[in-house]
Amino acid sequence: MPALGADMTAGRLIAWLKRPGETVTRGDIIAEVDTDKGVIEVEVFTSGVLEKTLVEPGAKVPVGTPLAVIREAGGTPAPAPTPVAVPTPEGRAPVSPAARRLAAELGVDPAAVRGSGPEGAVTLEDVRRASGKGVRGERMRQAVAAAVTRSKREIPHYYIGHTIDLGPVTTWLAEQNRDRPVARRLVHSAVLLKAVAVTLRDFPELNARWVEGRAAPIADINVGLAISLRDGGLVAPALHHADRLSVDELMSTTLDLVERARAGTLRSSELSDPTITVTILGERGVDTVYGVIYPPQVAIVGFGKVVQGAWVVDGGVVVRPLVRATLAADHRVSDGHRGALFLAGVADRLREPGRL
Amino acid sequence: MTRDELRQAVLGVLKDIAPEADLSRLAPDAPIRDQLDIDSIDFMRFLIGINEKLHVDVPEADYQKVASLNGMLQYLGDRLSA
Repeated sequence: MPALGADMTAGRLIAWLKRPGETVTRGDIIAEVDTDKGVIEVEVFTSGVLEKTLVEPGAKVPVGTPLAVIREAGGTPAPAPTPVAVPTPEGRAPVSPAARRLAAELGVDPAAVRGSGPEGAVTLEDVRRASGKGVRGERMRQAVAAAVTRSKREIPHYYIGHTIDLGPVTTWLAEQNRDRPVARRLVHSAVLLKAVAVTLRDFPELNARWVEGRAAPIADINVGLAISLRDGGLVAPALHHADRLSVDELMSTTLDLVERARAGTLRSSELSDPTITVTILGERGVDTVYGVIYPPQVAIVGFGKVVQGAWVVDGGVVVRPLVRATLAADHRVSDGHRGALFLAGVADRLREPGRL
Repeated sequence: MTRDELRQAVLGVLKDIAPEADLSRLAPDAPIRDQLDIDSIDFMRFLIGINEKLHVDVPEADYQKVASLNGMLQYLGDRLSA
């Protein structure tokens, strides 16, 4: 059971998507698990043959529990851990009267609900989950609460801000978008994400994880994009290797992530891999974001609203589209001076968006 | 396509973007984005959905015209009958 965040302790296996005997390739989706962050697709990190599954659908197991044994191509199987004993549902799952009543209220067919109770019984929570109402947001709220509480308790944050002239970006975007079909059009976010990702190459101390009392820089730059869900939750899935993606690729990947975050079909690696988070909160008039670092990450970059403001150029005042970029970073790992250089680097790159 | 069919099509796309919203309460002349809390990424998804369903590609220069539901219906009606 993969850990999909600092504070995930357990997950429930929903279904196997591969059967024993089937060949699997690194990156394949082999199972679905239900977690505080919604239903997540679990990928394999090795290629070979799925020898056997160790956890039955419906079972809730702690993080770290082996889910299956995969015989690596040309090798011996990975050591088989102790299987977890779970009841196997036989025939039609029982439904409690309360669950049946709720199912009727919510317009859910109880026979079509996958039960997670004893002997596969359909519980109230199963019915609520099947209806798509309530539960996911509630549980995600708890997961966010645990992560931010740990962050504010353990991480000594420092905060700095830098106002950036987005004139060049706005002009460049208008030129780019003029002749593009809607599905290929760009928004500011894609350019901001690219500038952050490329600048991080020079600031490994911000692209790191705090593990066992020290910072471990991460070679890959996987930018977690904070996405608020409409039922009240928050996820920050990774744009893998964001520094190597073009602005176009970042745009299409962002659209895909938002779509799947809302649908509840993010992949395990997308939730476990971010090395830094970017949160773009300007849509409702926020000028300045004071971010909370998502542990074990060590930094979060925020962007506020793009506003028309007074800007001094060559001693004269002009009106320019401005954005406030902020950095909240772990002071155990980096200092304000380095953070300031990082934000200045982002601002520099946004002066020439065509070169990003 | 009648205006009512257009309205159903547009509301159908909006329902995909904001499934929890009660679209019957949408004020037809006020900005959709403010009413449904739709950000720039979701607005793109809305326009991509409109393009897929109705084959009308709204250029960036016309975003102001399609900000409200009535604006969008008027715009689509004009484009489709042109």
